Amino acid sequence: MNAPLSFAELSARQRVQHLLDAGTFTEILGPAQRVVSPHLALLGVPYAFDDGVVIGSGMLQGQPVLIAAQEGEFMGGGVGEVHGAKLVGLLRRALLVRPAAVLVCAESGGVRLHEANAGLIAVSEVMRALLDVRAAGIPVVMLIGGANGCFGGMGLIARCADHVVMSDQARMSMSGPEVIESSHGVEEFDSRDRALVWRTTGGKHRFLMGDCDRLVEDDVAAFRQAAAALLGVSRALTLDGLLAEHQLLTQRIARFEGCSDAVDVWSRMGLEHPEQVTDMEAAQMQSLRNEHVQEAV
Amino acid sequence: MNWQSLVQALFGDAHTIERSGDVISGAAQLRGQTLTVVGTTDHAAIGVETALAQAKVVLDTVQNHPGRAIVLLVDTQGQRLRHRDELLCINRYMAHLGCCVDLARRSGHRIIGLVYDQALSGGFITSGLMADACYALPEAEIRVMRLPAMSRVTKINEDVLEALSQSNPVFAPGVANYVAMGGIQSLWNGDLRDCMLQALSDSNLRDQRADLGAARGGRRLAAKVAQQVVSA
Repeated sequence: MNAPLSFAELSARQRVQHLLDAGTFTEILGPAQRVVSPHLALLGVPYAFDDGVVIGSGMLQGQPVLIAAQEGEFMGGGVGEVHGAKLVGLLRRALLVRPAAVLVCAESGGVRLHEANAGLIAVSEVMRALLDVRAAGIPVVMLIGGANGCFGGMGLIARCADHVVMSDQARMSMSGPEVIESSHGVEEFDSRDRALVWRTTGGKHRFLMGDCDRLVEDDVAAFRQAAAALLGVSRALTLDGLLAEHQLLTQRIARFEGCSDAVDVWSRMGLEHPEQVTDMEAAQMQSLRNEHVQEAV
Repeated sequence: MNWQSLVQALFGDAHTIERSGDVISGAAQLRGQTLTVVGTTDHAAIGVETALAQAKVVLDTVQNHPGRAIVLLVDTQGQRLRHRDELLCINRYMAHLGCCVDLARRSGHRIIGLVYDQALSGGFITSGLMADACYALPEAEIRVMRLPAMSRVTKINEDVLEALSQSNPVFAPGVANYVAMGGIQSLWNGDLRDCMLQALSDSNLRDQRADLGAARGGRRLAAKVAQQVVSA
């Protein structure tokens, strides 16, 4: 057994290399092709030769997959025109080559402000392209484990996918805590209270609530194992499925009314020692969820 | 334009559209067609309840009125910025709305988005931007962020942003920029009924926005890059 290799600490390109079978990754529109954002240069901002997202094809346990990985170190993984178009293109390509899955290592603050309009439109284009892939019976798997989390438009995209895998260090949400704090004050959401931020948006809470399907340790091998188990496992969006989702989301509002903290939520779920959740390992979390959680739709 | 004037201009009295909280919904008649109308008003902050209420109308239409076209009316200040919404996973609620719209399209419903007042940031991604095509009134406002705030966050001088925004539609507020980039199909001028009927008859299952952006010169790379990836 190899020592764990932190998924969070790897670059996007390294994540792809470690997730896939050794030597199988072929990048599409890689840095050598210099497909860059024309807008950043106009603003005098550094640009990247891959526009912050690595895409391509490869094998996972001998099965063909398409893969994308956002680079959180470049503009926070923000979605601009080219970045978004690479994701859209990869998803459309999936309809042609029919891989066993499309894997997306999501690490993004959402729309890239420097290209805000293009990014906003691109996020919805990615959503539509993703749902086309999902409707074609090809699973889209979101792997969320980067230090920058998965926020804004990428948080929306993540919840359109067939499966969401997170590490306990990962966060998935809509608005960043800083934005909420600056809008409604520190009493609303103290963005510097790291424990509060993780309780609210982190992998453990999302897993207990069923908003992510698998919780893994911050180890690239664990992500690889989780992704491999989901190859070919598609969850079609149907009217019945969305009606059930609707019921689940409606009941959730009533069930957790008045809860002001994730610990209140876990307590109301029936956890005997909700205060211990933050210290638990991913494996313990699985048995806790099996006991207490309505299955996600 | 407020929603009552809009609905009056589109449907006269031939509708059952009512307001409940920030959500407006109902059925309307337009030259022999029955439409489902759903949306928000008062610059609604889209929270978990607002997203769910809109999703319910879309699901009800798919379930009970096969083929009926759906009109999404947009007036939002963006997603609700509250701790509680994040605790409940607001992105799942908003994505659910988007998935319901997508299911409706796949089930044979034409879906028209219309920004009749303002559309800010994430509030509109999973409604109007998930329609077959989204339109706007000329006086509508669409933006992610105003230039002064954008200047603070990006640390780029506001004068630089202002000057660049004259020639590049990629970041500055304004419906014209969204038209140039293909995110808005067109602005509705003149008789709104004619505009709606035209939109219904032009509705198309294929996402054409990147192609439109290229043809209009506002977004030159999106369609080209996506195609390069497909054919690589």
